Amino acid sequence: MDNLFILLLLPVLSALLLCFVKEASRAKWIALVGALLSLGVAVPFLIKFVPDATLQFEQNWLWIASLGVHFHIGIDGISLPLVLLTNVLVPLIIIASFEKKYTGSYYALVSFMQAGLLLVFVAQDAFSFYVGWELALIPIYFICGLWGSGDRIRVNLKFFVYTFLGSLFMLVALIFLYNQGTTRSLEWNSLVTLNLPEAAQRWIFWAFFLAFAIKIPIFPFHTWQPDTYTHAPAGGSMLLAGIMLKMGVYGLIRWLLPIAPFAVLSYSHILMLLCTIGIVYASIIAFKQQDAKRLIAYSSIAHVGLIAAGVFSWQAEGLQGAVLQMVNHGLSVVGLFFIIDLLESRTGTRDLAEWGGFAKQMPVLAAFFLIILMGAIGLPLTNGFIGEFLLLKGIFDYGVWFAAFGGLTLILGAVYMLRFYQKAMLGPLSTAHTTVPDVKGHEVLLLTIIVFFTLFLGVWPKAILHLSEASVTNLLNQIKF
Amino acid sequence: MGAIITLSILGILLLYLGLFQAKNALLPVTLVGLLVALGFIFSLWNTDAVPLFNGMVVFDRFALAFSALCILVTGLILLLSKAYFRSISEHIAEYYCLIIFSLTGALLVNSYHNFAMLFIGIEIMSVALYILVGIRKSDFSSNEAALKYFLMGAFSTGFLLFGITLMYGASGTFDISGLRDYVMSAQPISPLFYGGILLMLCGLCFKIGAAPFHFWTPDVYDGAPILITAFMSTVVKIASFVGFLRLFGTVLLPLDAFWTPILLTITVVTLFVGNISALLQTSFKRMMAYSSISHAGYMLFAIVSIGPSSASSILVYATAYALASVVAFATLIVVKRKTGSDQFESFNGLGKTQPLLAFVLTVAMLSLAGIPLTAGFIGKFMMFNNVMGNYNIMLLILAAISAAIAVYYYLHVVVNMYFKEDANNPSNPLHLSASYKVVLAVAVMLTLLLGIYPDVLITLL
Repeated sequence: MDNLFILLLLPVLSALLLCFVKEASRAKWIALVGALLSLGVAVPFLIKFVPDATLQFEQNWLWIASLGVHFHIGIDGISLPLVLLTNVLVPLIIIASFEKKYTGSYYALVSFMQAGLLLVFVAQDAFSFYVGWELALIPIYFICGLWGSGDRIRVNLKFFVYTFLGSLFMLVALIFLYNQGTTRSLEWNSLVTLNLPEAAQRWIFWAFFLAFAIKIPIFPFHTWQPDTYTHAPAGGSMLLAGIMLKMGVYGLIRWLLPIAPFAVLSYSHILMLLCTIGIVYASIIAFKQQDAKRLIAYSSIAHVGLIAAGVFSWQAEGLQGAVLQMVNHGLSVVGLFFIIDLLESRTGTRDLAEWGGFAKQMPVLAAFFLIILMGAIGLPLTNGFIGEFLLLKGIFDYGVWFAAFGGLTLILGAVYMLRFYQKAMLGPLSTAHTTVPDVKGHEVLLLTIIVFFTLFLGVWPKAILHLSEASVTNLLNQIKF
Repeated sequence: MGAIITLSILGILLLYLGLFQAKNALLPVTLVGLLVALGFIFSLWNTDAVPLFNGMVVFDRFALAFSALCILVTGLILLLSKAYFRSISEHIAEYYCLIIFSLTGALLVNSYHNFAMLFIGIEIMSVALYILVGIRKSDFSSNEAALKYFLMGAFSTGFLLFGITLMYGASGTFDISGLRDYVMSAQPISPLFYGGILLMLCGLCFKIGAAPFHFWTPDVYDGAPILITAFMSTVVKIASFVGFLRLFGTVLLPLDAFWTPILLTITVVTLFVGNISALLQTSFKRMMAYSSISHAGYMLFAIVSIGPSSASSILVYATAYALASVVAFATLIVVKRKTGSDQFESFNGLGKTQPLLAFVLTVAMLSLAGIPLTAGFIGKFMMFNNVMGNYNIMLLILAAISAAIAVYYYLHVVVNMYFKEDANNPSNPLHLSASYKVVLAVAVMLTLLLGIYPDVLITLL
């Protein structure tokens, strides 16, 4: 049961099945069973994985012979945490949508997107990578457009065109790489051994960087993100922030660093600067937000800014922190969006000014919320702490000042997150919301799972770190100048 | 040759069927004729191609593959035609006959080995179309389109003929191999020949609708009956490209230093003129017309960077484009029948009322936009790859920007179908006849098949 192809195929099959399910009550259960099946298939990979630097569970077929394109998939220590993250989060996201009465097509799109995301994380051939990259984009476009709110059409189109432009630049770079070397190939193995000249590396870098930076998003390519997160339905925001932005960070680690190392190194000051600006700027803006979803959207920019800075720091700690923090951020952001969504569905608003005092009405939620929030802030014994510590250690080794400003994320994060908690949970209860019921049933289940992971990874981060350690070290050693 | 003869006889036969009022037999007879023609093409597939009839035509794989594509697309278009032609004209036999004649011309263009045949092929193809565009006699825009098309077509023919003449003057031959020998051996090459290249370039750019010779395209595509537009933007465009490719790939290849900068400029201008104008349209039909200009720009990539893989990449791109266009125009016919308009608004709510039709059109739009796992992506990938092999990255970056513009307007119709409600009469369902379902299913399945496993087509040439 460690066939990687089956892991990719399952969500596609479940998506095809879900296309024909009209009733909401049946669709959600089929979707959940499908997602749990995927999770079940993913678990053996974790068990059988040998935490060394090799590529495992490899499958390689010639796909388009005339173009020399392979369908090459495999898992190493950097992909495995993200594959697991995807397979854990998708069932949670489906559970989070349980009360929405979505039809089968919604869940079909979620499953389809899962397939695209998984392909991105396991692809060892840039063609497959690009296919997964685009396939993840189409479903989320429809999810946001069909079930989103407000000015969703304009926002959604901006999001799509923006990210598509980035992808096209990546495609141009890939085609350039395809034409280098003696044999036309897009396999990772051959791309990293190209030893591109300096000038080529420089523009390859920008083409890739644009694609990844838009997706992540790194300042100043983030302008689509707050609007899209806000207008997307809750499940869409979770997919976008929880999993999709990891595609960008993963792309940085897997493709950008090894292919254009010289360019990354020579631009590293600019990159660190952009990331640091993003961290500080987004944190300050997050503080001013009245819309809870926008607040999390901006906090997300700050968090991933730190992750990206960790990647560009070119230190083992930084990369390790990035891998761990991608998982942590995925978990906590899904938890936070879920809490916002259930508060919104109970009160009819996301405006912080109209919230307040819910802790008295919903003590259980308040406890869950506090733990997830602490994880997002990075309190010791929660998952965020280890991740941010490693990231900052990596950045510190790169440059003290970057670490000093990047470290502001801890302080500013605490400020806006605690303000968020205070506005929502503490203070006097608004007279309009005196009868909000506490969390129940599947909501408790979802929050429990997230809280469990928050604490578990906080106490035992090695669960993730030992998976990626050898691969990260190997990657850093392998990069040639 | 069997295919061309079959089609010529078929055209005349159709006229007789019209004369004897056998309207119900028209479509079956045409389809049988097309199948016979396809059979002739496949029978020649593995034979050695030699120029026939004193070097007039040659049925090499290149010609055969594109001819098969043209016949296939014509078949798909004609399958959509039954109810459509009856609704706009009494003389449906003439429709079938003219389309078949035009197809015959296209096949000649695909297989020319002598400039005389190129010219005759283009004329047969075009003259039939001049009539078809204006066949709705009482419709003002149809008349205007026909006149415009005729005048512009006559101009371009003039350019083409003058170009051929100058080349003949320099080399003393109409034959493609003779011209190639001249280009390889003559020292120096006569200035007349260069003039000929330029004039032929103008004439062919008119035919494929490349900027700045594109001005007829939107009005003519808009004014013509939808199915004729579909035929023009697919079969005629493919054949013109094949003519283009054969001329530049065999004869003018050694002179690429001369014509490449010109064609490069034309390509870039075509890309942006097409895409930016398409962006501003409110009518789906006009959007398709302008976007066809930009697709001509992408197909020109293969000629700008002419090489061994040019033919297969044009084949893939043209197939992808033709399949997607057939779907788009078929959907437009259905939608227009219901709402009476070809504006984007007519597509509102289609995702709810006709989920399958909306899905099919979405796949077509994604293919046109070049999203992976559709044929359009493979086409774009191969085109981009051609250019990268020979040229600089700047052109590709421009192409990437223009593709991002394109995705904006292709998604426009998707937005209308899925994200907007039908305000008019959502209760009135659209009726899809069986032949429509067949055409849409075939086109979409081929689009996805080529997107997932393109080797079936790439390895043909």
